Amino acid sequence: MNAIKQLFGGNTRQFGMIFALVALVVFFQIMTEGVTLTSGNLMNLLNGNAYILILAIGMVLVIIAGHIDLSVGSIAAFVGITVALAIRDWDLPWWAGVLLGLALGAVIGAWQGFWVAYIGIPAFIVTLAGMMLFRGLNQFVGKSNTIPVPEDFQYLGAGYLPEIGPNTGYNNLTVLLGLATVALVVTMGLRGRAKAARLGAVVAPMWVQATKLALISAAILYATYLFATGRPGTSLPIPGIILIGLVLFYGFISSRTVIGRHIYAVGGNRHAAELSGVRSKKVNFMVMMNMAILAGLAGMIFVGRSTASGPSDGMMWELDAIAAVFIGGAAVTGGVGTVVGSIIGGLVMAVLNNGLQLLGVGADATQIIKGLVLLAAVAFDVYNKSQGKPSITGMLSRGLLTKNKPQAEAVEAAEDKIPTRA
Amino acid sequence: MQTPPTGHQSPLILEMRSITKEFPGVKALADVNLAVRAGEIHAICGENGAGKSTLMKVLSGVYPHGTYTGDIYFQGAVQSFRDINASEQAGIVIIHQELALIPELSIMENIFLGNEPTRFGIIDWAAARVRAMELLARVGLADSPDTPIKEIGVGKQQLVEIAKALNKSVKLLILDEPTAALNESDSQHLLDLIRGLKGKGITSIMISHKLNEIEQVADSITILRDGESIETLDVANDGVNEDRIIKGMVGRTLESRFPDHTPQIGEKFFEVNHWNVAHPQIPDRMVCKDSSFFVRRGEIVGFAGLMGAGRTELARSIFGRSYGKFVSGTITLNGQDIVLRNVAQAIDAGLGYVTEDRKTLGLNLLDDIKATTVAANLKEISPRSIVDRNREFEVAEHYRKTLRTKTPSVEEGVNKLSGGNQQKVVLAKWMFTQPDLLILDEPTRGIDVGAKFEIYGIIQELANQGKGVIVISSELPELLGLSDRIYTIFEGAVTGVVDKSEATPEHLMRLMTSSRVPA
Repeated sequence: MNAIKQLFGGNTRQFGMIFALVALVVFFQIMTEGVTLTSGNLMNLLNGNAYILILAIGMVLVIIAGHIDLSVGSIAAFVGITVALAIRDWDLPWWAGVLLGLALGAVIGAWQGFWVAYIGIPAFIVTLAGMMLFRGLNQFVGKSNTIPVPEDFQYLGAGYLPEIGPNTGYNNLTVLLGLATVALVVTMGLRGRAKAARLGAVVAPMWVQATKLALISAAILYATYLFATGRPGTSLPIPGIILIGLVLFYGFISSRTVIGRHIYAVGGNRHAAELSGVRSKKVNFMVMMNMAILAGLAGMIFVGRSTASGPSDGMMWELDAIAAVFIGGAAVTGGVGTVVGSIIGGLVMAVLNNGLQLLGVGADATQIIKGLVLLAAVAFDVYNKSQGKPSITGMLSRGLLTKNKPQAEAVEAAEDKIPTRA
Repeated sequence: MQTPPTGHQSPLILEMRSITKEFPGVKALADVNLAVRAGEIHAICGENGAGKSTLMKVLSGVYPHGTYTGDIYFQGAVQSFRDINASEQAGIVIIHQELALIPELSIMENIFLGNEPTRFGIIDWAAARVRAMELLARVGLADSPDTPIKEIGVGKQQLVEIAKALNKSVKLLILDEPTAALNESDSQHLLDLIRGLKGKGITSIMISHKLNEIEQVADSITILRDGESIETLDVANDGVNEDRIIKGMVGRTLESRFPDHTPQIGEKFFEVNHWNVAHPQIPDRMVCKDSSFFVRRGEIVGFAGLMGAGRTELARSIFGRSYGKFVSGTITLNGQDIVLRNVAQAIDAGLGYVTEDRKTLGLNLLDDIKATTVAANLKEISPRSIVDRNREFEVAEHYRKTLRTKTPSVEEGVNKLSGGNQQKVVLAKWMFTQPDLLILDEPTRGIDVGAKFEIYGIIQELANQGKGVIVISSELPELLGLSDRIYTIFEGAVTGVVDKSEATPEHLMRLMTSSRVPA
């Protein structure tokens, strides 16, 4: 028992959401008789949810800063249709279309950020207005038509890595990517531990660290195996690669950079942040702008996948993204949440959706179950907090990618051993 | 049940006997006695933290019966109020310093809020209007009852509060700092009104820092000090004047609660001249009036003033204009005139400000110790804007050791620390910015005696390093023990400066309660 405690940081409840995800996958794997964890299904799952997960990355930063963004679906649709039209009418190459879309997202974000940060209108209002405004603009610009995009643009939303090198029976690039990731995770884990030890901080025993790294590596290798052995011509999908890149990038930004710290500071206590020299207006402006850029990207990926942009793209996306963020442990009051947590929250919803679909459960029942899961996840957290117990939020806000984590866990584990503690 | 003894003039309407109220770790009231005669104006005086407001909260049922010990006799009977409603039923109404009016509602709606005249469950606005006009006439307010509260000034709002109290057929009216936010003529009107109510048989208890007003209207005065009732003065017979009240308020001796310290004072390096700042929402109300002061290297400068005198406003307006609307004035640092438009510029220029309210202004309670320690100087440990977390850990450890912060680890959340240790973390945060001038606003509020001693030591050590330190404190003994020089502030203006060698509590209290600078 003590061994498990040490491995999982003294409190198994803290890992509730990861366990929930794993349990869900196992449950559906059994119920669907092995269909869930097949190459084809995983690719579907990733392609069909990448744009929501990308939105969740931006949304968690908005929510950490203490705001909300209801306009992301409309922005995605407006950017999507503009890019589709530009490619069709002006003969833009695909990459120019992408740049145009990102730039348009930035402009929209600056517009909303201006009202939120500098005029001081609550983001709920500004983005509610934006939700109507950009939905209307989508239908105005596209005349409520569906605009197809050329094949090279579709690569963005439905493409795969090319086959290169000798025929190994695997997708070679996917294999390389997987191996590189494992190498990176192991090196960073061990280096972080060594550094922490050198500074005199308490570190977890070597076997704990080793087991942990082994588990993570095994998961990555298994996923690599599945993605590399799909039907010929498939691999880790392009939206998946974009998503992983964004998770790493934003995970780093939020936990390791000055601007990331400032986002948490503004959301946690704006007055204290301002009196520590943080320019909260700039921070608010930037999170709103960033959100719109990511919404533009998500819109383009969706257009690429569905081969055309239409007037009702992106409907309700904002709600899926917000649900993912809250399931992933963010607080409505701001200051709490992580990028990785939100992705896990998004994946819980995605797996649930996918598994229920495979089981042939209707859309009505799926909605009901998803609603209850959202409520249950947050209720669980609120209950734990009111009991003064560590919450999922506590675990997630500490970050899964941090290298100081082993040491924090060791402290907790050590505290747990103190007999006087109830 | 015994009947309370009666006074020699008119009978007692209220008697509080041996009231003791404890909060975890603090005895706010110790064996306090208060006797108020029917139909008088009874003033309660004392320094900040003497227990005045706590005593009134006990009386009005904010602290319900059972959470304190001692007895309350009101109109001859023992009372055990469960809540404010119970005390209002008995005829005791308290008007807090922070007015409890809804800005969006009209004068009339506010007067009857929670006490609406109804017929068959429907509000009878016609009856309400007649009654409101009557009440407004009694308090001398000529505005229409339909005027929204937000459109009338604080002085008139105060009158609405009194009208509201009269509507509840008040017998004992408690006013907590009623004139604190009022100008001269509004104050005078209010004091006249209270005198007028006395003529109609309404007894008043008035808490005020403005001793000249007390001298003017009060019939008797009870002085509280450190949670104890010191004495009750009869204004007519005891020959009471301001000096007499001050003597009662401050009459304690300085204990040796301060570490030994020999100041090493250098040259003048920081100077503020003719500093004028307006209230952030009310442009014609000045919160800083033509204030000038300077600080020398290695010097600990005290800012003395009663609550609401404008000390915090002065400090924050200097610290990157983080309060109020700047009007005019200059800041000179090391012989150079500087302009600090925002907090970041102030920090870069070498200023630090430790806020008076740790929880709402000073700390992000979601953060851990190490993140808090580096929060005001992140760029120091973030080459290329990437936070070096090993440096962060080292810095936090360094300050944990030098300030002897009691915590299992610097990874601990700041919300888990005691007040004293939280304050050490805040001090660490500002020490890490390497300030030339550190402003400490109530640095020992809510901190136990042992931790205070340590904080004083840290402050003195900072001065020894050649930094200038400004200490804002409501505790005179703290200022007298710590400061090399003390400025007094009253109603937004610097009213005097006193050297440590000449400072006495009486002298300071006089400067803190009056704009008249004595010869």
